[in-house]
Amino acid sequence: MSFEPKIVAFLCEWCSYRGADLAGTARMKYPANVRPIKVKCSSRVEPTFILKALQTGASGVLVLGCHPGDCHYTNGNYKAIRRMAILNKLLEQLGIEKERVRLDWVSASEGNKFVSIVNDITAKIKELGPLTKVF
Amino acid sequence: MGSEPRIGVYVCHCGSNIAGTVDVEEVTEFARGLDAVVIARNYVFMCSDPGQEVIRNDIRDFGLNRVVVAACSPTMHELTFCRVLEEAGVNPYLFEMANIREQCSWVTEDKQMATEKARALVGAAIKRVYYHQPLETRRVPFNPNTLIIGGGIAGIQAALEIANSEHKVYLVERSPSIGGHMIQLDKTFPTLDCSACILTPKMADVGSHPYIELMSYSEVEEVAGYIGNFKVKIREKARYVDVDKCNSCGVCQEKCPWKVDSEFDAGMGKRKAIYTPFPQAVPNIPVIDREHCVYFLKGTCRACEEFCEAKAIDFEQEDKLVEVEVGSIILATGFDVFDPTPIYEYGYKQLDNVVTSLEFERLVNAAGPTGGNIVLKDGSTPQSIAIIHCVGSRDKNYHEYCSRVCCMYALKFAHLIKEKANADVYQYYIDMRCFGKGYEEFYERLADEGVNFIRGKVGEVTNQALSEEEKGKLVVVAEDTLLGSIIRVPVDIVILCVAMEPQPDVGAVARLFNISRSADGFFLEKHPKLDPVATTTDGIFVAGCCQGPKDIPDTVAQASAAAARVLALISTGEVEVEAATAVIDERICSGCQLCSVICPYTAITFDEKERVCRVNEALCKGCGACVAACPSMAIIGKHFTTEQIMAEIEGILI
Repeated sequence: MSFEPKIVAFLCEWCSYRGADLAGTARMKYPANVRPIKVKCSSRVEPTFILKALQTGASGVLVLGCHPGDCHYTNGNYKAIRRMAILNKLLEQLGIEKERVRLDWVSASEGNKFVSIVNDITAKIKELGPLTKVF
Repeated sequence: MGSEPRIGVYVCHCGSNIAGTVDVEEVTEFARGLDAVVIARNYVFMCSDPGQEVIRNDIRDFGLNRVVVAACSPTMHELTFCRVLEEAGVNPYLFEMANIREQCSWVTEDKQMATEKARALVGAAIKRVYYHQPLETRRVPFNPNTLIIGGGIAGIQAALEIANSEHKVYLVERSPSIGGHMIQLDKTFPTLDCSACILTPKMADVGSHPYIELMSYSEVEEVAGYIGNFKVKIREKARYVDVDKCNSCGVCQEKCPWKVDSEFDAGMGKRKAIYTPFPQAVPNIPVIDREHCVYFLKGTCRACEEFCEAKAIDFEQEDKLVEVEVGSIILATGFDVFDPTPIYEYGYKQLDNVVTSLEFERLVNAAGPTGGNIVLKDGSTPQSIAIIHCVGSRDKNYHEYCSRVCCMYALKFAHLIKEKANADVYQYYIDMRCFGKGYEEFYERLADEGVNFIRGKVGEVTNQALSEEEKGKLVVVAEDTLLGSIIRVPVDIVILCVAMEPQPDVGAVARLFNISRSADGFFLEKHPKLDPVATTTDGIFVAGCCQGPKDIPDTVAQASAAAARVLALISTGEVEVEAATAVIDERICSGCQLCSVICPYTAITFDEKERVCRVNEALCKGCGACVAACPSMAIIGKHFTTEQIMAEIEGILI
């Protein structure tokens, strides 16, 4: 059987979660590998959530927020950018490819962008293969 | 609630929307086997009355204290099910929804994959709800005042609807007078009502209404607060005319020696440096345009001051910052017209007598610069006029959307041209879209009036004549797709039906009011069908073309709808505020104050005496930035606790 990775997607409630809903309303199709978790804001996503997901069986993690400048909470997504920069260093030390974790922006009207990000990361993770022997 | 969690799980078929792709039996069976699940069922429509009844009965019969519904998106029905819990005496926060429709069955083709994903989503919701805690929603008084931004027909309509119910409205308009684009128009389709005749009475009502405070020549500078309790700072720009002294005699405008292009006449006519945009302006008080006034530029003149008998001119006047408190806000900021200069092949601004539709409105308007005579730039009467549809609309290079009004005003123009100049009219259209009440009939009428309809997009407007007949004319070159051949038509005037587009500062306004925009740039409504006037920010509504192109009847309908929503809020008198806020465990807090620095709402303050931080729950919006940042893990983000999210992660990776 081919490798079907599990990818956890943290979606902010105001933009990305609604963007993902819009992809559904428009009946766009994308791989079922992505498993959404709703958060209030991308700034709520602690690096430990991402590590926890990778440790529990996810081969990749998406963090999606409102576009910079459009955050429902003024500037939460900028905080997410900074946190991600630090997490990237940690991932490097742990020997985890940084492509496995991706921060991006999807607005409530960008169902198509959500789908293309999901397609993208799923293909990428399939290429990288399962995450083994790190934790 | 302190007892052990007893969870009920309900999987919805949503007809075949879910059950057609997801094996709901298998998902139910899976849920049954999970820890603390007392009962798991599936039903064809969980949101229906009988579906809700099932949950209510189970809560009673099985002593459930937590509920998971796996169905559509929580944005759709979370509130419905929270109410069910409340009615059955269970705190509504002890509920979790698994979105197995929008984010599972509708987006997955493979049934096995969809079922597996649905199992994961349901498993995650069950694990999460296990850790849910009851929260108390708080209710705070709702301020019955309303702020409306934009004094076009949408803002005017909404203001009058609300003010007529004897509730205070602040109507903010950034130009010197209300009226918006509608007051620039000549006739309105399809009834050919005179636009000014139907609008000016409403404008006058706004100006004299005891419950409307009209703030013209003003702009919103800062918005703070939340539904029911907004605080808004508004800049009243200096008019340099004392509103209380001015008696609108108009002498200042006569005496002012300085002429500038009139915005109201779309640049087709002139106005003075001290001006009211048009004679029926509301308020009918002039403003001095600082950028063009000779006194401000060179320090001499003051002719207006000299001739003003009321002594109303005040060159020392300054901008005033006013703060108002309101419970709800309606954005009715309208649209801008597309500038067709980039489509160089149409010759706008290069060739004389190529005009935009808004410019032509002024040309054909009896109160316009030519007194309503349709004339060429040299003053002669045209023999033939071409009207080009979809300029900047339905064009991937500019705007993909249809501007919805151009076909109809193009027909109106054709009628007015026939009536006033008896010239030949050539309509170049892609599709005729005459969808409204009486619109198709109007199209039929114009076809009978002898208008030429040519189906095809114009490739070029040129003054390069190829024949004697074309000399001195504008030649419109297009492919007639019905004939399948290229045709050249010499005309005297070319009207470009330009797109409606978002205001140039739409992005800044969206950020100011914390609302989203759709892909076309206009403000995004909460739901495209079921909630077209609300936005993702509670208490802020949209009306008119700021939400997307529309005609006057649709704008008026939407404005009335927004007013109705505001009045509904006012009549309840209070509003629920976020219960899912952050709270600091003071035993753990080290007083580092990192949280207070990053809080976007300054909701966290430091207690110098106790050396700990505290959250002001009235200001906290629950974003969770501080929760993630706290190095001591002393902050709990209620309803999004670390424990709950960790459990969800475990559940979703089953």
